Amino acid sequence: MKHTIITCMAILMAGPAFARDEIRIVGSSTVFPFATAVAEQFGRNPDFSTPIVESTGSGGGMKLFCAGVGETHPDIANASRRMKAKEFVQCQENGVDQIVEIIIGYDGIVIANALRGPKFSLTIEQLTLALAAQGPLPETWNDIDPSLPAIAIEVLGPPPSSGTRDAFEELVLQEGCETTDLVACEGISIREDGVYVDAGENDNLIVSKLETNPNALGIFGFSFLDQNYDVIKGASINGVEPEFDNILAGEYTISRSLYVYLKTAHIGMIPGLEAFMDEFTSDAASGEDGYLADKGLIPLDEAQFLQNVDAVRNLTSMSGDGLH
Amino acid sequence: MINMAELSKKHRSAESAQRLRKRKASQKRLVSYGILAITLSGMALATLLWSVLGKSAGALTEHHIQLEITLDADLIDVENIAQADFAKLTKNMLKSRFPFVSGRTDRREMNDIISAGAAYELRDLVTENPDMLGQTVAFDFLASDIADLYFKGAYGQIAPAPHQGELTLSVDGDRVSFIASTDDFAPYLAPSRARLLMRADELRIEAGLQENGRRVFTEQGNPAEAAKRETARDARIAEAEALEILAGQPDGFFEPDAFTSSIFLKLGQVWVQVETISANAGTGKILGDVESSIFAADEWQLLIYEDAPITRKVSDIQAILLENLREEGRVSKGINTHFFTSGDSREPELAGIWGAAVGSFWTMMVTIIFAFFIGVPAAIYLEEFARDNKFTRMVEININNLAAVPSIVFGLLGLSVFIGFMGMQRSSPIVGGMVLGIMTLPVIIIAARAAIKAVPPSIRDGALALGASDLQVSMHHVLPLSMPGILTGTILGMARALGETAPLIMIGMVAFIVDIPDGPTDNATVLPVQIFRWADFPERAFEARTAAAIVVLLAFLFAMNLTAILLRKRFERRW
Repeated sequence: MKHTIITCMAILMAGPAFARDEIRIVGSSTVFPFATAVAEQFGRNPDFSTPIVESTGSGGGMKLFCAGVGETHPDIANASRRMKAKEFVQCQENGVDQIVEIIIGYDGIVIANALRGPKFSLTIEQLTLALAAQGPLPETWNDIDPSLPAIAIEVLGPPPSSGTRDAFEELVLQEGCETTDLVACEGISIREDGVYVDAGENDNLIVSKLETNPNALGIFGFSFLDQNYDVIKGASINGVEPEFDNILAGEYTISRSLYVYLKTAHIGMIPGLEAFMDEFTSDAASGEDGYLADKGLIPLDEAQFLQNVDAVRNLTSMSGDGLH
Repeated sequence: MINMAELSKKHRSAESAQRLRKRKASQKRLVSYGILAITLSGMALATLLWSVLGKSAGALTEHHIQLEITLDADLIDVENIAQADFAKLTKNMLKSRFPFVSGRTDRREMNDIISAGAAYELRDLVTENPDMLGQTVAFDFLASDIADLYFKGAYGQIAPAPHQGELTLSVDGDRVSFIASTDDFAPYLAPSRARLLMRADELRIEAGLQENGRRVFTEQGNPAEAAKRETARDARIAEAEALEILAGQPDGFFEPDAFTSSIFLKLGQVWVQVETISANAGTGKILGDVESSIFAADEWQLLIYEDAPITRKVSDIQAILLENLREEGRVSKGINTHFFTSGDSREPELAGIWGAAVGSFWTMMVTIIFAFFIGVPAAIYLEEFARDNKFTRMVEININNLAAVPSIVFGLLGLSVFIGFMGMQRSSPIVGGMVLGIMTLPVIIIAARAAIKAVPPSIRDGALALGASDLQVSMHHVLPLSMPGILTGTILGMARALGETAPLIMIGMVAFIVDIPDGPTDNATVLPVQIFRWADFPERAFEARTAAAIVVLLAFLFAMNLTAILLRKRFERRW
């Protein structure tokens, strides 16, 4: 007993960190499936240990990333939105003044329903009218447009904490309110009268709920539509079907950029960091036919891709201009 | 004086009988409510177990594909085998095995039938046996998740269809046109025809909706919008009519597409993917070597893959290659060893639970050391030694409150104290264990105090009367007697800690970690986190693995409870 307590105390006191030889990555749960694929591939090289990828959410990741320079802080942060001006300032204050920003690819957000439900062809404006809290709050789809089915509006989507929902509000509601007088753009948000149902962070769950409820629509990432064509179908937006090629070409407009931020100061301090970024921006990974595309990432166009390679090679720091 | 006759008359009166009936009925109701409650919870448990166990079955087996690969000594540096590009070697091997697969998409799909990890397993094998270099070896390549699911029948299957006629071929490069002597293909065109009509119906419904729009806008006096709807309506009607005409042609040609069943021919050993087909003729792409000739009825096969390509992850070319390999007897099914021995992976077929199980083990070890060896002395002190004053009462209230604090708060505490202040490593079981330990502490203290309180005072009095000191009374008599209760409380607390994920987000244990942790200071994750993360991945093969991971977590819990019961039995005393 006495020995156990002593051992236990000894373990407790064996505090301050151990030199770290693995890369640490934090951030968005949307980028997580891609960052982990790269980490795993990178770890197969016997010279390096497999990086640790944490799924903390974009905001949480930024907070950890900007907390300082040194082995106790992460080297890379992923985000499903751009770094905020506030976060950039925080980074600067904590000595993280050299950050390389790259866009790793795109993620389409789809609106889908069950195969046996009606086929939806929607516009950004119609979606805004249907879902904005500041709008006319219609009950059925044909209240919005007589050419839409006469069924009650019911949309399953991610909760407020989710980056997907932020992106949806930005890409749909804030766009849609511009073209109609019925919705005020000021502080626009998703309605909260039970028509929009908070279905949790798990997109697989939304898919299985759609399966049982043919009249409901769901909002989630493209990769989940891609894996479940046997049970659900996507709604076209402004006449464009949510397909890989359409998102790639930028014709399907509800898609967002996925960001990766690198702490330049850690290069040389953490073994393999530079090699990891090379792997991340390599043709085999994030190129048009790379393994990340197999995992559902919509790859970059040629110019943006080369810009990434260049940014990583020259460690071009972001300036902080144009952040919100 | 009581009149007994009067009383018994009362007891035998109709009113009394009714009251009695009422009392008995209410008792019966209570019993039936109880039985109902137990039945319902039993059914809920059975459903849960049934669905989890049923789903997890798919994760128990995996498939291997045996292929010969030449370990070309020119391409592999003997001094540095680990750096050789085995992935490329594997791809080249597939390319030479299936030379008829051309085009980037088809090649990529071909490479996808073998797990991305297989080449690295081959690398490890060659690294251990360098004398294999230069030889051609038969290696069991792990099938990818898609191939595995195909072999398990998750994507339906290719079924042979009956036919009578003989088949005349004329080959032009890798294309072939064929004519059957009878209308052999006619029955299989019906589904295609039906699909065309279904699509036409859908278009007509859409046209109807557009017509609604046109009518409403005309009524509202908005001719611009009405005209737009009219155009949209007419376009859909025209499309529907075109489809209906196509479906109406008795010997028209169809092109199987992503939405219809795929049709194949098998000429001897060679597959043909049908591209256009009518009742007795068609064209297709040859996947192999074949010459213009006539095939008798028993020399060729008609094969239908009923599930349309859009509804399955396995493509036509992949299905054909896998069927080819299966016919050659190269495919073997075995126990999924990866699942039980590996750490996490982004590829479902490589992903294992062992890393998370070991992580959970170390975390629980730290938790139990931390919570038990602080919680129990605290309870003994509060119950046996502390004076009953305002301070101890305050401590008591705070402990009770602490037991109800949401778990994520403890994660924040761990982040600021253990990682921020003490500078301990993120993602390590030691930090996770301590956070969960603090979370469990109040539960253990409360349970231990209750157990200590339940020890009869006579035991204490007896020991004291024989001259034992207070410490001896507590350690030799009270503690052993209260042990069963303390252990029960500990196990309840530990069971909660085992299933916790929220506080671990803060301290970095909700992470992707491939390596198996060697001790409490290594990077690790835990079972519930693993379940939570796998449930979130889009790949279908993770569904079975998630269920299997739940089974492992339940087994873990069961083992912990069993230990507690055994220990309790050992310590149990009666008085």
